[in-house]
Amino acid sequence: MIEIHNISKSFGDQTVLREVSAKFLPGKVNFIIGRSGSGKSVLTKCTVGLLEPDQGHVSYDGRNFTELDRRGRKAVRQEIGMLFQGSALFDSMTVAENVMFPLRMFSESSDAEMRDRVTFCLERVELGHAADKFPSELSGGMQKRVGIARAIAMNPKYLFCDEPNSGLDPQTAIVIDNLIGDLTREFNMTTVVVSHDMNSVMEASDFIHFVHQGQIAWNGPTSDLLAADNEALNGFIFASKIMRELRNSLS
Amino acid sequence: MGLFFHIGRYASFIRSVMRRPEKGSVFRRLLLEEMNAIGLQSLGIVALLSVFMGAVICIQTAHQIGGWIPVYTIGFTVRQTMILEFSPTLIPVILAGKVGSNIASQLGTMRVTEQIDALEIMGVNSAGYLVLPKMIAALTTIPFLVILSMVLGIGAGMWVGVSTGVSSAADFEYGMQIDFNAFDVTYAILKTCVFALIISSVSAYHGYFTSGGALEVGRSSTKAVVYAVVIVMVANLLLTQMLLG
Repeated sequence: MIEIHNISKSFGDQTVLREVSAKFLPGKVNFIIGRSGSGKSVLTKCTVGLLEPDQGHVSYDGRNFTELDRRGRKAVRQEIGMLFQGSALFDSMTVAENVMFPLRMFSESSDAEMRDRVTFCLERVELGHAADKFPSELSGGMQKRVGIARAIAMNPKYLFCDEPNSGLDPQTAIVIDNLIGDLTREFNMTTVVVSHDMNSVMEASDFIHFVHQGQIAWNGPTSDLLAADNEALNGFIFASKIMRELRNSLS
Repeated sequence: MGLFFHIGRYASFIRSVMRRPEKGSVFRRLLLEEMNAIGLQSLGIVALLSVFMGAVICIQTAHQIGGWIPVYTIGFTVRQTMILEFSPTLIPVILAGKVGSNIASQLGTMRVTEQIDALEIMGVNSAGYLVLPKMIAALTTIPFLVILSMVLGIGAGMWVGVSTGVSSAADFEYGMQIDFNAFDVTYAILKTCVFALIISSVSAYHGYFTSGGALEVGRSSTKAVVYAVVIVMVANLLLTQMLLG
């Protein structure tokens, strides 16, 4: 389980996060949702240590990540996989080399074992045929799947996905959503997805944290989302016509 | 205030760069790739510039001497100019443009496309992984390029001098050897090593801390070259005063 305790973060005079606390449950797809600029990306960056919070701390299964030294953080980070918004694949490497990269850096496995693991990860995301291609030769959806394959290469305990569906068509987005959900359950990972895409939320989430003006304004299981009594959350969820029609048909 | 901020951040950056690499085999492979990119791929431009510069220095010197100034001065001037200033200073300045902008734009692009964040999330010391091989490659290959530049420049000067008839081969050779101080070469190599570290680290610093998008990558690349050249020039003055003054 990942726990966030009273995290605050400011940039100059602008306070982005105000004493945010949250728990991300193991074996579940935990979504952080909110409007653009609400602080959800900063919250995620503070959680994985790309930004230092001004106060508060993050713990990974009881390990206080914020207080850990460089070596301690490195050990925790090797248990983290992350899918970035733009995939963040290394341009100069092939798909297989991208997936093999964390193994090469940290695994003591033989070359043959690493190749087997790469094959497994690529086949798991149905990209076994693209191993020798470069990222620039792939579509956006395929790049995201390679990003997922690289994220799971080290068999992580925690998976973070930053806007996994941005720039993808609805059908490809559903493929990515389902893949994230399936892998979370298959490997019992604690998965945290940052998104503002309601289709994705309804498709893949198990538990939701709604960030509004730098605070968690609502959290709960996905099943409670549509009935939530929170003005800001309802404004966010029912901003689109299709969601308003869904609410009307349900009521 | 901004200057102190950059000095502090640069020092902290260099400290991260100097940490022990995560995996020796990966580091060695990257080092060879960088030696190829920084050294071998700069051979052509260095050779071309050195040949033309040596030839031009020869013709200019020949144009200015006459009367009581002996002809062997041509060989002497070409040698001294190539060894003391052109090869160890101007070649690194040219490499600051070629190699420095390449390093800054490569790292800047990696930053804005979150590839550096991806390395950090995996637990890789991104500064060390990306920059240390570049710095060591620059430190090991640029001095060789400078030595090559000296040889080619002096050789081209001699060839042009003899072929145009402004100097005989014997006069040029005599001028090349007269009053030769081996410390001049040591001085040249020493300052080249310092310049190599400045070019690679300053360019890497600007690229690594790029924020924004494609426009900022371009700005970082330009800044990297400008700052690297300015710092090389300041260091040139200080080192020359320290070593020859």
